[in-house]
Amino acid sequence: MFRNQYDTDVTTWSPTGRLFQVEYAMEAVKQGSAAIGLRSRSHVVLACVNKAQSELSSHQRKIFKVDDHIGVAIAGLTADGRVLSRYMRSESINHSFSYESPLPVGRLVVRLADKAQVCTQRSWKRPYGVGLLVGGLDESGAHLYYNCPSGNYFEYQAFAIGSRSQAAKTYLERRFEGFKESSREDLIKDAILAIRETLQGETLKSSLCTVSVLGVGEPFHFLDQETIQNVIDTFEKVPEQDEEAGEGEAEVAAGAAPAEQGGSGDQDVAPMEM
Amino acid sequence: MTFTIPIENGNEVKNAEADSQRTLYPYVTGTSVVAIKYKDGILMASDMGGSYGSTLRYKNIERMKAIGKHSLLGASGEISDFQEILRYLDELVLNDNMWDDGNSLGPKEVHNYLTRVMYNRRNKFNPLWNTLVLGGVKNGEKYLGMVSMIGVSFEDNHVATGFGNHLARPILRDEWREDLSFEDGVKLLEKCMRVLLYRDRSAINKLQIAKMTEEGVTVSEPYSLKTFWEFSAFTNPTVGAEGSW
Repeated sequence: MFRNQYDTDVTTWSPTGRLFQVEYAMEAVKQGSAAIGLRSRSHVVLACVNKAQSELSSHQRKIFKVDDHIGVAIAGLTADGRVLSRYMRSESINHSFSYESPLPVGRLVVRLADKAQVCTQRSWKRPYGVGLLVGGLDESGAHLYYNCPSGNYFEYQAFAIGSRSQAAKTYLERRFEGFKESSREDLIKDAILAIRETLQGETLKSSLCTVSVLGVGEPFHFLDQETIQNVIDTFEKVPEQDEEAGEGEAEVAAGAAPAEQGGSGDQDVAPMEM
Repeated sequence: MTFTIPIENGNEVKNAEADSQRTLYPYVTGTSVVAIKYKDGILMASDMGGSYGSTLRYKNIERMKAIGKHSLLGASGEISDFQEILRYLDELVLNDNMWDDGNSLGPKEVHNYLTRVMYNRRNKFNPLWNTLVLGGVKNGEKYLGMVSMIGVSFEDNHVATGFGNHLARPILRDEWREDLSFEDGVKLLEKCMRVLLYRDRSAINKLQIAKMTEEGVTVSEPYSLKTFWEFSAFTNPTVGAEGSW
């Protein structure tokens, strides 16, 4: 889409019935680094590519714990994502306080979507520039939702967002029918393989990705680098010298892990987008 | 609605109108509710009386109601406050149903919600003058809990309110078992209710027993207990009391 006279305000319709500002916000999601989610009957795995501004800096956190039974992965403007994660945590904990039981994921997602919709209908606001993959567990099973800046939300068996996510989506499309009955381990393996698709040639190392799991009897938590590397080792038959760079670093995936040659990719990405 | 009306003398501000809006004492009250867990779920018993002070004014008050698909609420204390609570819960259940998403409020959620409501009202010095018994079954799990008017809340295998705490619970502590059958459970509750009938002046001989299982709630038709008043001690009740006539 190109610059036109109807795209200045979010409250201006185009003659063809489009809100360009909302669509531009969705573009911002496509520029962020990839995030992937998949679910089985009992587990949800969220994974993302760690991208850092430069070799000197740490990578941005893209996966957040909302509650023991809900996690969210973001792509796009991470600042917006952080704010929305805080909102989700707040909603979740308020529900827990009043009802002593976990907030059903579907209900959280609707509130999030309604919040996003407000920003598409106020002249003094702008849409959130972040796409959220919300994964969670409630009494009706495991769920994975995708929340758009437009205020729409969809439920998925598996999905990928962000840059080069199409490669991951293609991979997932081939395999998704088996996900429902997948074991936890297979689900994690599929998530990491999908991440590999988005790297397009770069060697897959555990320092490049963050993986989180939640499921029946398993509260949301991040997998540590060692576990991820072990999974990678089962399918990457790469000579040792490439692996040792990522191994032995026992830091928590979400912590300040300096990405070595990791997230080079597109250098011209805006600083606020990751 | 509270208003602050400044009074002339001194710098005091008195909530004169506000006072008339707070609950200070109960007027129409229900007496004990007794409830137990049994093999298939929850059994709850209460009589149908509403006392206006010492007068047994109303004799057809249902003090136990089904809440949603999974819970049963029984109340003692101020009847109008119980009706107010039913209105809150009605709205809660309605909103829960409107989601239509496969999730539903269980007894634990309702109990916790009520605890929050009762405690918050108590903090504002405007309590709902009730002791509530909340029982239910969801996904095979039995739940039985109680909330008082000051927000004290807990769960147990058997609970009772008011006089029931003093007269019924000792019986239940001795005779309650994990795997009571429905018949045994009813017999046990009737035993408790009979003692209450004899000894609680605000009890009437018209009770209901409610059953809550995975299938749902059934509240029995009102019935009476058989009582026996021909004890020889009743012919001359004060014969043992010195100085009495």
